[in-house]
Amino acid sequence: MPNGTPVIFEAKALSKTFGNGIHKLKAVDEVSFKIHEQEVVSIVGESGCGKTVLAKLLLRLEKPTSGDLLFRGKSLLKDRDYLSYWRQVQTVFQDPFSAFNQFYTIRSQLKSSFHLLETQVSDREMEQRVDEALLAVNIKPNEIEGKYPFELSGGQMQRMLLARVFILRPKVLIADEPTSMVDASSRSSILDYLLKLKQELNMTIVFITHDIGLAYYISDSIYIMHHGKLIEQGTPDDVMLHPKDIVTRKLLEDIPQLHKSWIPRGGTHESAS
Amino acid sequence: MTEPILRVNNLSLYYLTRFNEKVKAVDGVSFDLNQGQILGIAGESGCGKSTLVNGCMGLTIPPLFHGEGEVAIDGENLVGMTIEENRFKILGRKICMIPQGALNSLNPTRRIKDLAMDMMVSHGENADKKEIAERLRERFFKIGLQADKVLEAFPVELPAGTKQRVVIGISTLLNPRVVIADEPTSALDVSTQKAVIKLLFDLMEAEIIGSMIFITHELPLLRHVASHIAIMYAGQFVEVGTTQQVVFESCHPYTKALMGAMLSAEVGQRHRKPVYLEGAPPNLKNEIQGCRFAERCPSARPNCKSIFPPLRPVAGRQVRCAYA
Repeated sequence: MPNGTPVIFEAKALSKTFGNGIHKLKAVDEVSFKIHEQEVVSIVGESGCGKTVLAKLLLRLEKPTSGDLLFRGKSLLKDRDYLSYWRQVQTVFQDPFSAFNQFYTIRSQLKSSFHLLETQVSDREMEQRVDEALLAVNIKPNEIEGKYPFELSGGQMQRMLLARVFILRPKVLIADEPTSMVDASSRSSILDYLLKLKQELNMTIVFITHDIGLAYYISDSIYIMHHGKLIEQGTPDDVMLHPKDIVTRKLLEDIPQLHKSWIPRGGTHESAS
Repeated sequence: MTEPILRVNNLSLYYLTRFNEKVKAVDGVSFDLNQGQILGIAGESGCGKSTLVNGCMGLTIPPLFHGEGEVAIDGENLVGMTIEENRFKILGRKICMIPQGALNSLNPTRRIKDLAMDMMVSHGENADKKEIAERLRERFFKIGLQADKVLEAFPVELPAGTKQRVVIGISTLLNPRVVIADEPTSALDVSTQKAVIKLLFDLMEAEIIGSMIFITHELPLLRHVASHIAIMYAGQFVEVGTTQQVVFESCHPYTKALMGAMLSAEVGQRHRKPVYLEGAPPNLKNEIQGCRFAERCPSARPNCKSIFPPLRPVAGRQVRCAYA
């Protein structure tokens, strides 16, 4: 964990509740944490545990029901300046095909992301910087010339989202399962580009995933989430070697690993419904 | 030696694009599947895994066409069979498929019992309604579901893990000999995934299903599920062998690359940098000379691009590489 860098995000008993009465659902339940600058934090948990809602709270796409969220020591509850916030905090989504508009070419969409920047950029410079960004994620600019999102593969589209991040140069990147739609070999390459971008832009990354193997590889600290609560946090080696919570232990046991027995053949099954 | 349940011999399938171009998605694949075997098929997206299993079921629906080769289940040839005949005689009884997006494959406007009943009737099961309902209950109870509650429910009322069980339950109602699982767990988290795999093992144990073809790109999962593994690249098998051989003693450079790209959560593996392959698989519209993997192969030699390597036995398994 990079010590000594200032705290960039601080959550104080952050909660988000959906519905009320019997349909009340505490998606995020009094979560508190501190994320330092240039740290890579992974939030891991099974589906439906509230990871994505937490990501949306950090992105300010949802409003917290209670608790407080501080960005660089300033509370975000009263703050109305979304634009300058989104200049600093950007995201990579799970499904790149729904993140891009399928009626416009990729290039024009990458160019339109310049509108978010503070400074006016001339058309010529835009083209140049788009090319630069494409090269940074190892795609030749003429490869996507005049192409629409559906004409590219999942791995390529995911790299387009990373190219967008490269153009916007945010301070914080919130990555919501960026590799769950692609296969194993594209996954490693996307992670590689992500880490390269991090080096270049000095980004803080909040990485949301249900893949512990991935979190173990990429992060400086891992948070385990279960039913909306943060049940464990620590360095990857701590969480993997000495899991304190029983839920974490169960989660670790359930991962199929190469050199460990997983399911005993021919046992009786537990019933679930 | 007994006759294999499923025999695929030199199967080639192609898609016809709207410009009348042939895309050879599956090219010369052969394998035998015996009783009690689980064959795992692994490979990148777009390598032809799903097309191959469609061919195995005899479902060549345009734009997919049958090129050459045979598919036979229990000695019965599937090539040239009409869809209707296939549905009454083969699908569901001999071979069935657990779809990739199992969570979205249940009609949300109908109850589970109606969906299951539909499946029985449309595959030609002529029995009394009451009798079918009784069999349904029995089977759902057997796979660890609360039959009364689940059968009356609508799909949206069930959690993801239960829905996946229901899909498996419905597809195996007619005791198929071969079950094809096309990425059955890729949308599930690890705990649910484990429960689903356990259920499939139990069904095999109870001899409700005979053997299985399991498709995934997660090699660690395949290592625990499959008894044999075939690695597929650009429409062809490049390495076929037992799980031990393919995963731990891999021969083909592509298999090695897949293993290297894996991120495992094992202790001490943290700072091992995953290696990955640059570039993309070849475009199957064009006729390819030589080895299909030569462009991306880390250990390619100059004449790899001109010589087409056949599957040949190396150390007890089949490998499609001239220098493995």
